[in-house]
Amino acid sequence: MAETGEGKKEEADYKRLHSFPLIRHTDMAEEMRVETMELCVTACEKFATNNESAAKMIKESMDKKFGSSWHVVIGEGFGFEVTHEVKNLLYMFFGGSLAVCVWKCS
Amino acid sequence: MPVPTTVKSKKPPGAGLKVAKPASKKKDEEEGVDQGDGWDEWAQGKALIKPPDQLELTEEELKEEFTKILTANNPHAPQNIARYSFKERSYKPISSVDQMAVHFVLEGNLIHVDSEEARRQRARQDQTDGKHWDWTFKLFPEKPAAEAEAEPDEEIPENPVIEETSEIVKEERPDSVEAQIGKKEQKVTNQFNFSERASQTLNNPLRERSCQTEPPPRCNFSATANQWVIYDAYLEELEKQEKNKDKQKTFSAKKEEDKLKKNKMSDDVTKVVKVVKIFERMVNQNTFDDIAQDFKYFEDASDEFREQEGTLLPLWKFQYDKAKRLSVTALCWNKSYQDLFAVGMGSYDFSKQGHGMLLLYTLKNSTCPEFVYPTSSGIMCLHIHDRLSHLVAVGFYDGCVAVFDLKAEEGGAAQPAFKSTAKAGKHTDPVWQVRWQNDDMDNNHNFYSISSDGRVVSWTLIKNELVFSDVIKLSLEGALPECLEVVEQPTCGTSFDFHPKIDFLFLVGTEEGKIHKCSKAYSSQFLETYQAHNMAVDAVKWNQFHPKVFLSCSSDWTVKIWDHTIRTPMFTFDLNSAVGDVAWSPYSSTVFAAVTTDGKVHVFDLSINKYEAICQQPVVAKKKTKLTHIEFNPIHPIIVVGDDRGYVTCFKLSPNLRKKPKEKKGQEVPKGPEVEEAKMEKLLSLLRDKHKT
Repeated sequence: MAETGEGKKEEADYKRLHSFPLIRHTDMAEEMRVETMELCVTACEKFATNNESAAKMIKESMDKKFGSSWHVVIGEGFGFEVTHEVKNLLYMFFGGSLAVCVWKCS
Repeated sequence: MPVPTTVKSKKPPGAGLKVAKPASKKKDEEEGVDQGDGWDEWAQGKALIKPPDQLELTEEELKEEFTKILTANNPHAPQNIARYSFKERSYKPISSVDQMAVHFVLEGNLIHVDSEEARRQRARQDQTDGKHWDWTFKLFPEKPAAEAEAEPDEEIPENPVIEETSEIVKEERPDSVEAQIGKKEQKVTNQFNFSERASQTLNNPLRERSCQTEPPPRCNFSATANQWVIYDAYLEELEKQEKNKDKQKTFSAKKEEDKLKKNKMSDDVTKVVKVVKIFERMVNQNTFDDIAQDFKYFEDASDEFREQEGTLLPLWKFQYDKAKRLSVTALCWNKSYQDLFAVGMGSYDFSKQGHGMLLLYTLKNSTCPEFVYPTSSGIMCLHIHDRLSHLVAVGFYDGCVAVFDLKAEEGGAAQPAFKSTAKAGKHTDPVWQVRWQNDDMDNNHNFYSISSDGRVVSWTLIKNELVFSDVIKLSLEGALPECLEVVEQPTCGTSFDFHPKIDFLFLVGTEEGKIHKCSKAYSSQFLETYQAHNMAVDAVKWNQFHPKVFLSCSSDWTVKIWDHTIRTPMFTFDLNSAVGDVAWSPYSSTVFAAVTTDGKVHVFDLSINKYEAICQQPVVAKKKTKLTHIEFNPIHPIIVVGDDRGYVTCFKLSPNLRKKPKEKKGQEVPKGPEVEEAKMEKLLSLLRDKHKT
């Protein structure tokens, strides 16, 4: 019982510690990067249970702000190989277990 | 052989018919087999053959008569139709039911004679064929005749006209058949029947043009997102953050804040500074465009007519608002950036001592100095390092010396990088001259200074401090050397200059008018002393090319040229006014310039005229201003002159002043002084001869 309690605490700690948005790789400009990151965080928090809606929100906002056409992948386990326009890729982790990849390629 | 079957009408037709057929078939078969006998049977009589499922009817029933009535009613039409009436809101039987049954429909193309379409067709037919429709006359014989009769009564009786009018009248009634009559003669344009006319203009030929922009560059990226990858990434990030926090704790928080603030500030400003600077330069160039053109290209053509004289063309004038009350006390050109020069501002007036300024101007911007360093005490002298042109050594009126580093970012007030303090051997009297020296053996920069307190001090920049060491103490010589050995009265040194080639050799000019030749090696003894002037020696300058010749000037109105091996001057020039400064020209060994307190610049060329200046030009507007310093630019043919009102003016030397000694084509400059030296020797020998005799 105690162990499970501790396990839970650790989990909670881990989640708390590891849930800040961590940019893994990007070649965006500073302003664009900050804006995109905040948008992703907002979307993931809003649609915490539904990755598709979150991705949809991000994609539509990016299309409006920065032009078509953007692609967004959100998930906990996936591999990818994409071709993106230079200076238009953001790959970040969020929430301890979510990975978000946003790129532009028309 | 057909076998007649008796079909009694009395029987119900359906049943009878059905029965009859199989019976007849059977009969046929039987007949076919028994053909020979069949004739007899057929001839004899008929015997009714009954099929097994024949209805058994009684005789009465057989005789019963059925009546059949043929009506015109449609057997398929319903007998009672009930429709819902919305008005009465109930189903109502319809009284009569349509009994018509259409068995066959064939669409034909016959039209009635008098219908619209028929008439039109006839009209068209008439036009093409040109035939009269004779039968129309028969149908309507009277009408055309009546109309034809009526018209001539109305119109003028001329046959063609009548015909025309009749035609015209008929035209008004095109639908009537009569219109066809006159048509065979003329094809008349019918105002109600428009005929089309069309034409096509030339279409410009079309050409396709297309172009393709370069698509934005693309590149590939691949990664895997797994739970463990994410976890690892977060762990790494946390570790980094912890390390950063540790580092931050060691630094003081205030410093960071300051740095951040500075960075923020400088980010905003530095982005603009460069652009603004370029802009400023552009504006200045445009404003002073004519001056810039003169500076570069103007050569005074009238010099060809003036045999030996030259002129100074005024170019830029440099002034700084905040330095208005100060006089120019020092000038120095920068060797690396030949358009940059330093101006030291202070005051020569003993009673009016205030602050000072170090300004650095560039020729590209005459309105505002590039660097401004306000100082607490007036600057008396300055020197820019020959190689490291960002180091400026400055001597102050209060006896301090300082080194300014132009490269250092201006944090708050521009502070000198090094400053001598009272402890560390600063002079007790104004510092009159500073000079950079070559780096010493430890590769530290060092410079010398001379001051009225009689000391020549060498300062070395070690790390962050100025370390001094006295080189020479000037003292009175002569008079009573033996009795007053103990008493060493320091004399005031007012200027010094180091030999350009012989490193340890330097000259010192004193307030008494003497010039001492000294060596860095000997700290108390002079190598030589020259009785130069009657008043303080304001400047001594070695010749840039000739190793033996130097200049001195003094407030006793004279400028003297010396050979350091000979104790008497080679040449003496009287300029009618106290001479503030002299300078050798960098391009010729025989040209030098002097400035006097009456506001004139005198330029001498010994190879042209040994006795007089080839140019004497007053250069200031107000006559009361005194010129304090003059410097030649290392490469451009310009000089800067400073005066005691704080203005610095730049002049261009006319060609006559810049004549290089024309000897052999290969070696120009060294030849000059040698020739001059020969001349000097001649002169000297003449002088000596005179003395002897």
